[in-house]
Amino acid sequence: MRYISIFMQYVGQYMKTRLTYRSDMVVELLSDLLFQAVNLIFILVVFGHTKLLSGWSKDEIIFIYGFFLVPFAFFSTFFNIWDFNERYIVKGELDRILTRPIHSLFQVILERMELESMFGIITGLVVMFYAGSNLGLTIEWYDPILFILFVLGGALVYAGIFISLATVSFWSDSRTAIMPMMYNIGNFGRYPVDIYHQVIRYVLTWILPFAFVGVYPAAFFLDKTEWYGYAFLTPFMGILFFGLSIFLWNVGVTKYRGAGS
Amino acid sequence: MAKYIEMIRIRFLMMLAYRTNYYSGIIIYSINIAAYYFLWSAIYGGKEDIQGLSVIQMTTYIAVAWMARAFYFNNIDREIALEIKEGKVAVELIRPYHYLNMKTMAALGEGIFRLFFFSVPGMFIVSLIFPMEFSANLSTWGFFGISIIFSFIINTQINLMTGIITFFLFNNDGLMRAKRVVIDLFSGLILPISFYPGWAQSAMEWFPFQYISYVPSMIFSEGFVGSEVYNAIMMQLVWCLILLVPIQVLWTLAKKQMVIQGG
Repeated sequence: MRYISIFMQYVGQYMKTRLTYRSDMVVELLSDLLFQAVNLIFILVVFGHTKLLSGWSKDEIIFIYGFFLVPFAFFSTFFNIWDFNERYIVKGELDRILTRPIHSLFQVILERMELESMFGIITGLVVMFYAGSNLGLTIEWYDPILFILFVLGGALVYAGIFISLATVSFWSDSRTAIMPMMYNIGNFGRYPVDIYHQVIRYVLTWILPFAFVGVYPAAFFLDKTEWYGYAFLTPFMGILFFGLSIFLWNVGVTKYRGAGS
Repeated sequence: MAKYIEMIRIRFLMMLAYRTNYYSGIIIYSINIAAYYFLWSAIYGGKEDIQGLSVIQMTTYIAVAWMARAFYFNNIDREIALEIKEGKVAVELIRPYHYLNMKTMAALGEGIFRLFFFSVPGMFIVSLIFPMEFSANLSTWGFFGISIIFSFIINTQINLMTGIITFFLFNNDGLMRAKRVVIDLFSGLILPISFYPGWAQSAMEWFPFQYISYVPSMIFSEGFVGSEVYNAIMMQLVWCLILLVPIQVLWTLAKKQMVIQGG
């Protein structure tokens, strides 16, 4: 209950700070759209040179991308911890967080949230409906329910991976070039995983399970029956990976030694 | 001059102090290249070449594009923006050096560190696992070397510009993000420029972005041959000079209308 009220207060403060710099907010929304367009452009350019990607058509790949955007929007709204190391460990900002009687991860999430990223949900739905109508997909009564479950699962998978990576900073405060490339690896989960070598497929399924934020759940809506098993695993993978990351965080935070001044 | 070299050294040492995890970066880098390799193999789907690049050249292109990125990439726009927001820039400006040059040198120190501790070992490991074509031609390596130095300069110049714009906008996160996206897309990091439809290619002629990543990667994977190489490097030089103008103008204006936001 207290956490909810704190959350609401942070949202209120957030709105105020955002509205102070209005021109920047507009630019940020546009840059988000641009970011989403980049991947779409990649798909379009690539399919300018080929008809099928190991049996999947352009619209199917675009549909997967549309689906991906929705959990990714949730993820990028609340889990902006890619610069956690720089911002909180190297600068010693975590000292401030740890003196307060609220869970440290929750505070970091609140401080770093970017509500305008929610806009990605709309873009994602537009892209999905566009590709879906090209493919002549129909919506069953259970589709919206499963969609919400898969989206939550996917967002938790993403959050789990990135929180786990951030916790590495508790043990070693070295800066790494991992984070930007991690975002890039996330992109590979959006393509049919059977194009990859088994090792990569295994990595994308069980180690860095980005395939659960793209091709697996989307395959369900594309009626690819051979992937149904993986699709239904999505929410469980989300809970598993998120739980694991919370555990790592709780252990890691006890190892934190204030580094900065 | 000595103080600038000292800055390069200091930044290099600073990176060195925080180095323990660079090898995990290399593993991630390898997975990244591997996934690209299979993605592109699927896209090629048995085709000999697309736009004059074979699958192997394409893999080399992607691998080297990411390796070069580690060298030219830097966050000085974010650093400048943060110093402006925190008011630290006031102190920086009264110090006896040129603020922008100092930032450039810091970025260079970082770049050199990542080149030696990340790119070179990463590229070596990746080349053991995946079929790639390294030119036996020494001049290709030479031109590539010259070319990534220009890439660094152009990318840094763009970063400086975005950083300086914070003086006018006060909060600049959106623009910096937009810049990153634009550079990833139009620099040729994720797609060679020659893959784009013709109209897009001719539009991109008017921007400096392709000289950041496309040119060095094409030189390395030998997608450019003969006079194409010279022309591309000349264009890089030209853009380096052109970009000096807006930086100088922005900097002069910025100093005049600086507002220290606390600190």
